[in-house]
Amino acid sequence: MTEEIIIAGFGGQGVLSMGKILCYSGVMEGQEVSWMPSYGPEMRGGTANVTVILSDERISSPIINSFDTAIILNQQSMDKFESAVKPGGLLIYDGNGITRHPERKDINIYRIDAAEEATKMGSTKTFNMIVLGGYLKVKKLFKLESVIKGLKKSLPERYHHMIPVNEKAIHRGMEIIKEVATVS
Amino acid sequence: MEEFVLMKGNEAIAEAAIRAGTDGYFGYPITPQSEVIEYLAAAKPQERTGMVLLQAESEVASINMLYGGAGAGKKVMTSSSSPGISLMQEGISYIAGSELPCLIVNVVRGGPGLGTIQPSQSDYFQSTKGGGHGDYNLIVLAPASVQEMADFVSLGYDLAFKYRNPVMILSDGAIGQMMEKVKFKPQQPRNKKSPDWATTGKTPDRERNIITSLDLDPARQERFNNKLQAKYKEICKKEVRYEKIQCDDAEYLFVAYGTSSRICQKSMQMAREEGIKIGLFRPITLWPFPYNEIREMAGQVKGMLSVEMSAGQMVEDVRLAVEGKVKVNHYGRMGGIIPTPDEIVEALKQKIIGG
Repeated sequence: MTEEIIIAGFGGQGVLSMGKILCYSGVMEGQEVSWMPSYGPEMRGGTANVTVILSDERISSPIINSFDTAIILNQQSMDKFESAVKPGGLLIYDGNGITRHPERKDINIYRIDAAEEATKMGSTKTFNMIVLGGYLKVKKLFKLESVIKGLKKSLPERYHHMIPVNEKAIHRGMEIIKEVATVS
Repeated sequence: MEEFVLMKGNEAIAEAAIRAGTDGYFGYPITPQSEVIEYLAAAKPQERTGMVLLQAESEVASINMLYGGAGAGKKVMTSSSSPGISLMQEGISYIAGSELPCLIVNVVRGGPGLGTIQPSQSDYFQSTKGGGHGDYNLIVLAPASVQEMADFVSLGYDLAFKYRNPVMILSDGAIGQMMEKVKFKPQQPRNKKSPDWATTGKTPDRERNIITSLDLDPARQERFNNKLQAKYKEICKKEVRYEKIQCDDAEYLFVAYGTSSRICQKSMQMAREEGIKIGLFRPITLWPFPYNEIREMAGQVKGMLSVEMSAGQMVEDVRLAVEGKVKVNHYGRMGGIIPTPDEIVEALKQKIIGG
């Protein structure tokens, strides 16, 4: 199994840390992982993306240009990465601020209104964990306990009291993700 | 048993430096390698091993701190990125001319000048052909994974002390910034004993140890040059390192190091799915360069594509190696752009198979 993922959105949305938690979850299950961020003069409000690869085999290139899954969290990223999903692949997006919805007919499309849900939950910082939950609902990549372990590994100890909130957010994401269109 | 951790290449270098028993790290922050000194500062190596961690006032100062520390027989290192490494060239030449061991990490970014902060491989000439003045060589190691970023720290020190020669780890912004699994060697103690050539104060039982790169007597200087060259010859004979992937049945060959070699592995999978029998030759030591091993491949394959994030630097060594026996071409991107796997397959078709 190899899963090649791009997570793209605004800086500050937790794009990079979501990728890191995915990687650590993979490590917990003995997988090979790679995490390649776009780095540069980026900052809160600018665009940020990360390429994550999870595999049972040695990972060749950490840099790729087509993906099994694209998790898209703003319009710029939709414009850039909708076309980069492999046919039959998966696109998950947050509807918040999206003016042009995905149009492809040859991929599976899911929508998760995580920004709205995070506000409702009273903690905007759980946004990325809601998205992660949605993704894990659609693609059952790991056991939930590996994800929680991964979360523990990637969070500094001083934030470990936040783990229950994050776990709740993952569950909420699993509940609210909606199918838009699928191909068999 | 040590477990796998997830780390950036830059962080892996820093942790490996502490574990290798480094006596002193001297550096000045620059993107894309600032995580090295950032990690070290957080890890408090002064408490773990007594290692000195010092942010110098400039790259020129850091390399000269290395010169001093190495002269005292200590395990010393620095890290920087391209513009910073350019500033260090005078010191590197002096260290080579004084036959001192040290470790220099270059996490390359695009140039020339301040260039860009994105990854590049355009410092190949500078690293392998002597970026400073005089007839000297660095031993140059090219990691292609976060694990190798860690492993090459202790390997680098071993080679540096074995040959009393500066060693460079030539990485790039992509490997510096990406995270992969890495497993570290256990903590090595710092050396208690100094090498017998170190300037640690004269004792009555021996002559003075003198460390200098200056000899105004041309005859003596030439004798020294000959001694250096003999050392380099021995290194070329004994320390060539490389990796061959799917070369057994290869009709074509990618030659690539570092990040490019990783991308080429994906290109290789794609090309093989189309029935193109392609292998990958990955030099691990860029100096000494695996000339003989690439020459051997020239008898087997119909063409070689050197893939680098540069205008074409290593390709000159590949051409030297094959002595015109087989077609060699270059494909690369510059300015901090990383070539994509399919772009490389296309270049292979156009420049080697069809060209």
